[in-house]
Amino acid sequence: MPAAPGRNAIEVRSVSKLFGTGEAQVAALDNVSVAIRENEFFTLLGPSGCGKTTLLRLIAGFDYPTEGEILLYGQDIAPLPPFKRPVNTVFQSYALFPHMTVGQNIGFGLEMLGKPKAEVEARVSAMLKLVRMEALKDRRTSQISGGQQQRVALARALAPQPKVLLLDEPLSALDYKLRKEMQIELKRLQNETGITFIFVTHDQEEALTMSDRIAVMSSGRILQVGSPWDIYDRPAERFVADFIGDSNFLPAAVGAIENGIARVKLLSGAEISATVAEGYQPKAEATVAIRPEHTTAVRTGGQLPGSVENVVYLGTDTHIHIKLDSGGNFTVRQQNMRSQSCGFEVGERVGIQIAANAAQVLKD
Amino acid sequence: MASGRTFDLRSQPAFSFVALFTFFMLYLPIAALVMYAFNAGSSMAVWEGVSLRWFYEAAGNERVQEAALRSAVIAMFAALTATVAATMAAIATTRTRPYRGLTFKYAFINQPLMVPEIVTAVALLIVFSRIKVWTGYSGLGYLVAAHSAFCIPFAYLPIRARLENMDLSLETAAADLYATKWQAFSHVTLPLLRPGIIAGFMLAFVISLDDVVITEFVKSGGQDTLPTYMLGQLRRETTPEINAIAVAFLLFSVVLVTAFFFVNRRKV
Repeated sequence: MPAAPGRNAIEVRSVSKLFGTGEAQVAALDNVSVAIRENEFFTLLGPSGCGKTTLLRLIAGFDYPTEGEILLYGQDIAPLPPFKRPVNTVFQSYALFPHMTVGQNIGFGLEMLGKPKAEVEARVSAMLKLVRMEALKDRRTSQISGGQQQRVALARALAPQPKVLLLDEPLSALDYKLRKEMQIELKRLQNETGITFIFVTHDQEEALTMSDRIAVMSSGRILQVGSPWDIYDRPAERFVADFIGDSNFLPAAVGAIENGIARVKLLSGAEISATVAEGYQPKAEATVAIRPEHTTAVRTGGQLPGSVENVVYLGTDTHIHIKLDSGGNFTVRQQNMRSQSCGFEVGERVGIQIAANAAQVLKD
Repeated sequence: MASGRTFDLRSQPAFSFVALFTFFMLYLPIAALVMYAFNAGSSMAVWEGVSLRWFYEAAGNERVQEAALRSAVIAMFAALTATVAATMAAIATTRTRPYRGLTFKYAFINQPLMVPEIVTAVALLIVFSRIKVWTGYSGLGYLVAAHSAFCIPFAYLPIRARLENMDLSLETAAADLYATKWQAFSHVTLPLLRPGIIAGFMLAFVISLDDVVITEFVKSGGQDTLPTYMLGQLRRETTPEINAIAVAFLLFSVVLVTAFFFVNRRKV
């Protein structure tokens, strides 16, 4: 859990980054502002090309913003070269030095800082212990496995005790099982070291499991910042609802709003309750997002009538694709129980039951 | 292998014949040269039995010793200078964003590969003779300078290849870990570049050792290198001593070039 929302470790203020010139110019980052708190596990999530890696590179100092400021504990670091920033990076390719041993790799940063030999030795030992690699200190980095290289890369970046650790899709090269293990490992390391982590990924599951807060990015902008729960259950925009998890989108008319809950009228004529963002005003044409697992298919009743188009069995649950009478498609996800099958036939008439407040009105 | 579906050049008629004939024509003269180095008689055409006589004669010949030593000294200094220049050029041309004029620079660095050697030789002869008049200096410096110049592209190519294949994120990682530009170069780039530099040096060394045309034009009296000494000997009455020198030369080059390939293949 995040520490008391205290100081900001990193504050990005109106940062833009343009690449190219003239007509070929593209904005990798378009007036981005975000604050990352001390001791937070913060994730930049988005599809490739959304600007998340560019933002990370600007914080690391590998590139300089075209406009804007980047503050590290209140000090503008945007113009500083990378070797003058107390910020370290875990690279996607690990970028371990192939001509050095595991120990030498981990000690590199401290040596460059001119720390005494004894201190370097002690830190290297402590780091090896932290990532459980004591036995491999004198190995070449080419003689260890991918998962071990990952740990060495982490230890190397943590050894100089940076104020902020940047992680650029560090788990993408690992296989599924190892990735799951490393997710837990990363959380543990963050808790034990108390260092602020900024993690870049395109994998929504990774983001949801590890982060204290997530910033969802698209086309060089940050669309929403919030806890995994906020992002998943209260998506502000269609892109966010679509990118993270599955969503059904329905056109709707937003009526009276009270305590963050709106009365929403669907095309079928049914009225449901939906959550809205603060300050949202009633509107005749809007879109609501509904998660498939927050709905059930029923033979009688339900707010949305339709007919079953397809039933897909997925082991843990079943997806029922339904063609709505009011137009469009809708997916219902039902948990499978051993004692009963979901039992719907293709073509069968069904109603969709939407749980109270399961819908979220999207900003457009 | 009657698969018939994949085209295999080896199954073409007369393939073996053409291949063997080509190798035969390539290596027959060298084989003959090597063989007569072991001739007991003093003819390069009449075989009189096996002997190491000409190797001893060559090794004991003071002029051969001098020329060999001079060749080695020139090659050493020229290869050293060329390697340093080539390393700097390779870094400057790879660790930069591509810009207009970069291709021109490649061509400029590789100029000695394109300009006919005889043209360079004549040009150097003219320039150096002027400098000799002005300065009065007529030592080995001219040969070292000339050799350095034409060795640069040979040293440049393996070094540049290695720099281009190097993972750039390693240098970024070094900078991230508090290494200044110079520290990143000396702790990361240079150690990883070392096999390329050694390979470049060896290649430059062999190229310098082997040169005749430019050396012949640039050298002053009494500055014979081993190749120009051999050339001079061929104008007189020849004995298998020349063959013996050539065989020693051949062996040395083969060893060096083989070593070059092994060094160049090394990963780290």
